[in-house]
Amino acid sequence: MKIILRNPRKEIEVDGRRRVKEVLAQLEILPSTVLVIRGNELLTGDTMVGGDDVLEVRPVMSGGSGGPR
Amino acid sequence: MKCRKCGDTAALELRRHNAAFCSPHFLEFFRKQVAEAVHRHHMFTREEKIMVAVSGGKDSLALWDVLIEDGYQTVGLYLDLGIFDYSKESKAKCEAFAASRGQTLHIERVAEAVGAPIPVVQQATRRPTCSACGLSKRYLMNRAALQHGYPVVATGHNLDDEAATLFGSVMHWQTDALPRQSPALASTHPKLVRRVKPLYRLSELETAAFAFLRGIDYIVEECPFAKGATSIAHKEVLNRLEEASPGSKHNFLFGFLEKARPAFERVENVTLLECTSCGQVTTGAICAFCKLADQVKRRTS
Repeated sequence: MKIILRNPRKEIEVDGRRRVKEVLAQLEILPSTVLVIRGNELLTGDTMVGGDDVLEVRPVMSGGSGGPR
Repeated sequence: MKCRKCGDTAALELRRHNAAFCSPHFLEFFRKQVAEAVHRHHMFTREEKIMVAVSGGKDSLALWDVLIEDGYQTVGLYLDLGIFDYSKESKAKCEAFAASRGQTLHIERVAEAVGAPIPVVQQATRRPTCSACGLSKRYLMNRAALQHGYPVVATGHNLDDEAATLFGSVMHWQTDALPRQSPALASTHPKLVRRVKPLYRLSELETAAFAFLRGIDYIVEECPFAKGATSIAHKEVLNRLEEASPGSKHNFLFGFLEKARPAFERVENVTLLECTSCGQVTTGAICAFCKLADQVKRRTS
């Protein structure tokens, strides 16, 4: 399965089938800090992924000056 | 994981609510939280025109989307900070959003108001970029709303933003900042418009999920100057707490608003004046924005 990371953008390949929360744990990413996207759907931590799946792991944190956001 | 309301496949788990929702029921949950915030703090009425400050990011565009869909009268305000390609892309996102929904978007250029774009301001003044940027935004939001005759500015600050700001204020015991931390700041002077934060009940994960599920094209890339910002460090600390104990951020912020803020509010007694240079509200003779603009002018000329 292909995983696309953002900020900075990076693509990695992960073998085998596993749950989304296990993928995030392997990448040392806190689940509450990212959206996990497959196509046009959001995935919860217990969703099984693998094979030909392409996942985008999109960070949700913004910050800095405290403006409009 | 199943939706708490209908049993369909969940799109998002909300650990702090011990719940999960499918896409339609999450969108419903999100809109109810915004409506609750607006109602509880009397943020605005349906007769008022609301200026929504938008950055091109997930929060402010999600907020604008909710208010439009709920039938409120809105206009957008985009502050062009002049931060390289980041500003170009975020401005394009705001323009596309406004056009697709038939909304008016006002654009203010920071470079015209301060005398230079934010990267040059940072170099000229040597103050933290986010500090100069935040000061400029607050000033220009109020000025733009006054100029166009809008009584209230709504910003996309979410629960994580507010908890991180509170954490920073408490860490340094900034007792002057604590009473001003509120989902709704009233107009305390004829030249100060109301400022409201209708997303304060919703986390960053929730606003991002809402924007994605609504198909909002927002800028995912972070501001290049946000890296290393103190507010980011505070958010990371709070995220680790939240992971260990879901609901920590909510309890921290809501506990402050309900139990502690009134005590700090009582001791605040500030006399508001009008800046002798620009006429905007300040506590001294010259406002902080005019001082910044003067500093930029002297060091770049």
